[in-house]
Order: sequence, then structure tokens, then C-alpha cells
Amino acid sequence: MKLASITLAAAALLATDLALAQAKEQFFPVLTYRTGAYAPNGTPMANGYVDYFKLINSQGGINGVKIVYEECETAYDTARGIECYERLKGRHGGATVFQPQSTGLTFALTDKAPLDKIPLITTGYGRSDSQDGGAFKWNFPLVGTHWVAADTVIQAIGRKEGGLDKLKGKKIAYVYHDSPYGKEAISLLQERAKMHGFDLLLLPVAAPGVEQKATWLQIRQIRPDYVLLWGWGVMNSAALKEAVATGFPREKMYGSWWSGAEPDVKDVGEAAKGFNAVMLQHGAEPESKIVKTILAQVHEKGQGSGPREEVGQVLYMRGVMSAMLAVEGVRRAQERFGKGKVVSTDQVRWGFENLALDQKRLDALGFGGVMQPLSTSCADHMGASWTRIHTWDGVKWTRAGEWLQADDQIIKPMVKASSDRYVTEKKMTRRTPEDCQS
Amino acid sequence: MLYSENGQFKSNHRADLAIFPIREDRIAIALLLLAAFVIVPVIAPAYLFSAILIPFLILSLAALGLNILVGYCGQISLGSGAFMAIGAYAAYNLHTRIEGMPLIASLLLGGLCATAVGVLFGIPSLRIKGLYLAVATLAAQFFADWAFLRIKWFTNDSNSGSVGVAGLKVLGFAIETPAQKYLFCLAFVCVFALATKNMVRGAIGREWMAMRDMQVAAAVIGIRPVYAKLSAFAVSSFIVGVAGALWGFVHLGSWEPAAFGIDRSFQLLFMVIIGGMGSIMGSFFGAAFIVLLPIVLDNVPAWFNLPIGTALASHLTLMVFGALIVFFLIVEPHGLARLWSMAKEKLRLWPFPH
Repeated sequence: MKLASITLAAAALLATDLALAQAKEQFFPVLTYRTGAYAPNGTPMANGYVDYFKLINSQGGINGVKIVYEECETAYDTARGIECYERLKGRHGGATVFQPQSTGLTFALTDKAPLDKIPLITTGYGRSDSQDGGAFKWNFPLVGTHWVAADTVIQAIGRKEGGLDKLKGKKIAYVYHDSPYGKEAISLLQERAKMHGFDLLLLPVAAPGVEQKATWLQIRQIRPDYVLLWGWGVMNSAALKEAVATGFPREKMYGSWWSGAEPDVKDVGEAAKGFNAVMLQHGAEPESKIVKTILAQVHEKGQGSGPREEVGQVLYMRGVMSAMLAVEGVRRAQERFGKGKVVSTDQVRWGFENLALDQKRLDALGFGGVMQPLSTSCADHMGASWTRIHTWDGVKWTRAGEWLQADDQIIKPMVKASSDRYVTEKKMTRRTPEDCQS
Repeated sequence: MLYSENGQFKSNHRADLAIFPIREDRIAIALLLLAAFVIVPVIAPAYLFSAILIPFLILSLAALGLNILVGYCGQISLGSGAFMAIGAYAAYNLHTRIEGMPLIASLLLGGLCATAVGVLFGIPSLRIKGLYLAVATLAAQFFADWAFLRIKWFTNDSNSGSVGVAGLKVLGFAIETPAQKYLFCLAFVCVFALATKNMVRGAIGREWMAMRDMQVAAAVIGIRPVYAKLSAFAVSSFIVGVAGALWGFVHLGSWEPAAFGIDRSFQLLFMVIIGGMGSIMGSFFGAAFIVLLPIVLDNVPAWFNLPIGTALASHLTLMVFGALIVFFLIVEPHGLARLWSMAKEKLRLWPFPH
């Protein structure tokens, strides 16, 4: 009798323990591409993303709520990405937020996520018009979009020339990955070209971008004043090698946020010296507090996901920052809907819509100096439009200087026009102000 | 014993011409259809629909279309991705530009546009064959890639070149949940499979097969190569085009030309070769093999709680998959459909083989 009651009590204890453990878990699906043509870039990003979750868990989770995560390999392929999305969306009590890490997949998921009511974070890629929260309730292009990057890169070139009016008559070649990723920025660049009177030459490169001889032959013939490089993966290093072969000065090349990481320049090394890239806030941040914390609390304990030396590199930081934004959204939602509770996707969406990462908060998180304050609202799902230019000095990325901010006067009307079109095309209605309170 | 035609006599011409002459086959197919239309929609989870069944059905349809060309008419084609793309983009343009266009009409008209282009690219088949024809159809692939990437009109001037549709409706019913999408695709696949089966049994199918087996002999007995080959191209690209439209509209929702790239063409060709050339059943086997196996292999480590990374799992999947393809082609070069029919032959005599 006694034995039976003890067993029963133990079983009951175990059951409640299990129930508690189940109730206190927030699931973050991780879409990665550690294989395929884009693996060199996808791997450090995935490592950073996962390492940040490990860090948060070692610090006791999000106000006591443990993070569970599961990886799924997309190989940067849209159809495989959809399979991953379907596979993970219902696991461990339901996915909190998806980060597709691919512009093509973002487009496909933009249609699916509202039906499943799961938010999407697309840091610096995906649909530029999705910053309009009135039309895109579930999309969050936090930190910036292709339009922000393209806008500020033109500003940076203007500064180098000594004023945007000096761009008149200049020739700027846009060498881009021939996919939604590369095409997204074109409409903004055309707008800027009209404003300042420079010639924009569009030079598409077929994916994955290994073969660029014809493109660079054209550049040799046209002799543009600047080259904007919107590449991803192997396309970037191939372009830099071609630039070296053609003799196009690397100082006059500006890459996108996705073209300015270590794997892009490593193979070219010293010859890539002078190449610039526009960074949506963070770049390589080996000296930042968050990197030191991760090294001390994750890597020192043998928990690190990748090699130690990649911690703090550009793409690793991108993973870390993306994960931080996802976690902060949950934390914000907990502030309103109950600290230490598991939050639903609707509540997390509210969290992303009301992010308020001020300088104090960023410093506390260890992101001081890595990024600028960011605050979102129901209407603005982007939160900030700051960028910096960094330059490869042959060994490492160095920051050239001051912050740039995208010109709202140009971007706002474009976002409005494009999202209006989306709304009519999809036969939807815009969100009402009451909907914003939910 | 269970599967035998003993005692089933055909007393009229009609019975002799039945698609499934054996009663057991008819019962099995009826049960299969019942399960597919009634039981699966009720019990299957959403993941099964969206990630497995819908892609499997649509790609089976595409493989079926390609099988007409490759398996029945003997014309190798590497342009099926292009015909899928043409179907998808044509259906998209019809659907968004014409107010109130019914969904099914857009899909079928998309298929018709693919037919027109398919016939155009089929013309070289009158002069060249084999590998050279494969190269000519490859041109269709690159042409479609180029057209949908560069000509902005096709993509309705979207910023990124990505297009999408939403709010699909058929006769007032919304096609929204995974189960509805599945039933919609299933209906298409059933109708097309039945139509194809009847076509390949009929006069036109016999012409295709005659053309495949020996062109000169076929021409001598009065089969016009122009008509036979171009009709195979037309029917094949129509079905592939409809499959492409379904892939874009129902499965992806939003797509870009990369969804119908050269990889897709190869994938379809492998489906036909592995499944079985010149076999309706083979198209389904091939699609199942190519679509399902990688997903299953990918999930194996998770099922057994093996602690291996996603990258390693993904590479292992590729290796196992490749090894299986080699294995199957060595064991049965005529495809899985041949294995299936051999199994049926054996089963007829079981348990008393000669």
C-alpha cells in the first residue's frame, strides 16, 4: 500500500513536472542552408542564430521560458523551404516565428503565414513593401529592406562625390543576382536615377552567379563610375575576381548587406581591398559585448555550433541579431500578456509590432554599438532605416564612418504604392486601427 | 489465389476493352479512389497534405504529361520545366488581368498556351532525334527562364519579378485549406490520368508508340510523322502546363522562374525513367520515389533521435537517394512500373507456380 502510494505520488510529481516543462517552452523553428550553393554563407548565419538561443537558455530562458529550436535544411530552395515550414509549424506546441533567410521563400510564405497566423521576420531581405503593417500584418522586415540598403548606398556614393547633385551624368552599373533578391532594389534605384540624373545600367547575372565573364566585359566597355553588387553566395567572390581581372577599381564597388561578409572576400583576399558594402546596422563586431558573452558562456563550455573564429564575423552576427530580434519580440509580448508565460503567435505579433529597443536596452543586451535603437509600430513594421558602409582592408572589414539613414520621402510613397497594389491584387482589405490594438 | 482471373470470362467486346480487365484490379482501384477522395481528407494531418500529397499529385501529373512524350512517343525532352513555367505564367496573367476569370478556365487556358509553345518547340523533332532533340528542347528551358526573368509584362511589372495569386475559388467554393487544395489537385489528376490512359489505348496512342518503335516502318504503314509527333508534343505540354499552373497556384502560391528551372526538368525526366517509360502507373511511382523518398530519408534521424546535424543529414539523404537510384536501375532498368507488373504476374500464379 505504502509503496503504491509512493509510486503514485512520484508519478504525479513527474507528470506535473512534465506538464510544467511542456508549458514553459517557446518553439523557434530554424530554417537553414548548410548545404548547396549558398552553404558558405548560410552556415555561419545558422550558427549565430542557434548560439544565441543557447546563450538565452543558459541564462534561464526568456523570463524562465525555455527556448526549444529545431533546424530544417532548405538548401535555399523554395519548394524545400515550404516543406520545412509545413513540417515545423506545428511542432512543440506551434512555431513562434519563422525567419526564411531567403527572398524567394519569403514571397511564398507571405501568402501562407497569415492563414496559419505565424509572424515572419525578414531582416534586410524579402518584400520591401512589407514594412507597411497595414497591408502586411504578419511580415516584419526588421532593421531594413533592399530599398533602404539601395537608398543609402546611393547617398554614400553622393557623399564620396561631394554631394548628390554631383551624380548627374554619372554611370552606375547595378550587377545583380537574377532573382527576386536582386530585382527588389531596382525600382528604388530607378527612382533615385531619375532624381539625380545618373544613368543606371542593369546587368543581371544568372543564378548562382559563377559565370560572369560577359557581364564584366560589358563593364569594361561601358566603364561605369560605380558598380553596385547585389550578389549572394559564390556570386560575390566571382564578381570580385572578375573586377580584379578587368581592372575595375574595388574602391568604386559597393556591395549589398548580403555581399559584404567574410566568405565573399576571403578567397580574393588582398586583391579585394577597398571593396565597400552597405550594412544594415551591424557589420563584423568581434569587439562587441554580445560576442564576448557568447564566447564566454557558449563556446567556452563547448556548446558552440561552429568554429570559434567565426564568432563576431558579419554573417554570424546577422544570425545573432536575427535571433535577438525574435527573442525580444517574445519578451515584449510577455510584458503585456504575462511575464514568464508561453505566448501565442498573435501575442508575439503584437510584441514585434511594439518593439522598443532603446539604447539602454541594447546596451543591456550587449548590442550597444552593434546597432541603433529600433522601435516598431502597427503601421511601421521595419523599425529603423540606419545603415553604415564598411570596407575590406585586405584582412578584415573596417567601418568607414558615420551612420546613414534612408530617405523616407522617397521610400514611403513607394511602399504605399506597392502595398496598395498588393492589397488590390490579393483582394484583401487594409487593417483597421482597432485591429492594431489586438 | 486472391488475385487471379480464373473464372472471369469476357462475353462481350466491351468487357474485353476494359481498362482493368481483372475484377480484383477494379475493386482495388475503387477502394484506392474511395480512400483518396473520402478517407484521406478526413484523417490526414495538414503537414501530409501541404508537404507531401499536393506536391506528389502535381508532379505525378507533370510526369504523366512528360511520359506521353518520352515514354509513348520516344521523343526525349529536357524542356518540361519550361512548359510548366509557361502554364503557370499564362494562367497567372489570365487570372489577374481578366476580371472574374474562373480558376479552372485559367488553369486550362494556361495549359493551352503551353501547348502552343510545346508544338513550336516540337517542330525540330521532325528532323532531329535522340540527344540532339534533347538539346533542342533544352533551348525551350532557357528561353522560358529568360522570358519570365526579363519581360516585365509577364510578371505584371512586379518589383521583384515574383508573382502570386490568392483567394482561389471554384464555383463559389474557396480553395483555401490544405484538404481542399488536395481534393482539387486530386480531381485534376484523376481526370487527366483517365484521359491519358484512353488516349494511349486509342488510335493516337498507337501512332505514338509506332513512331517510338520504328519511325520508318510507321511511316510506311501510313502514319504521318508530323501529326504523330506534334500531337504528342501538344498533349504532353498541355498536361505539363496544367501541372505547372497547379504548382504555382495551389502549391507555391507565389513563385519565381527558379521554381521551374532546369532542375525541375531533370527531376521530371528522372521520374519518368525511374517510374517506368510508357506507363501511366509508372508516372505515379516515379513521382512518389522522387518526391517522397528524400523527405522520408530526411526525417529518419529525427524519428530515431539520432544526434546528427542537419547538414550531415542532408548530405546523407543525397547519398542514400543516389545509391537507391543506381540500385533500382540495375535491378530493373525498365522502372518501378515493370517491377509492379512482374509482382502482379507472380501473384496471379501464387501459390501454385508452374
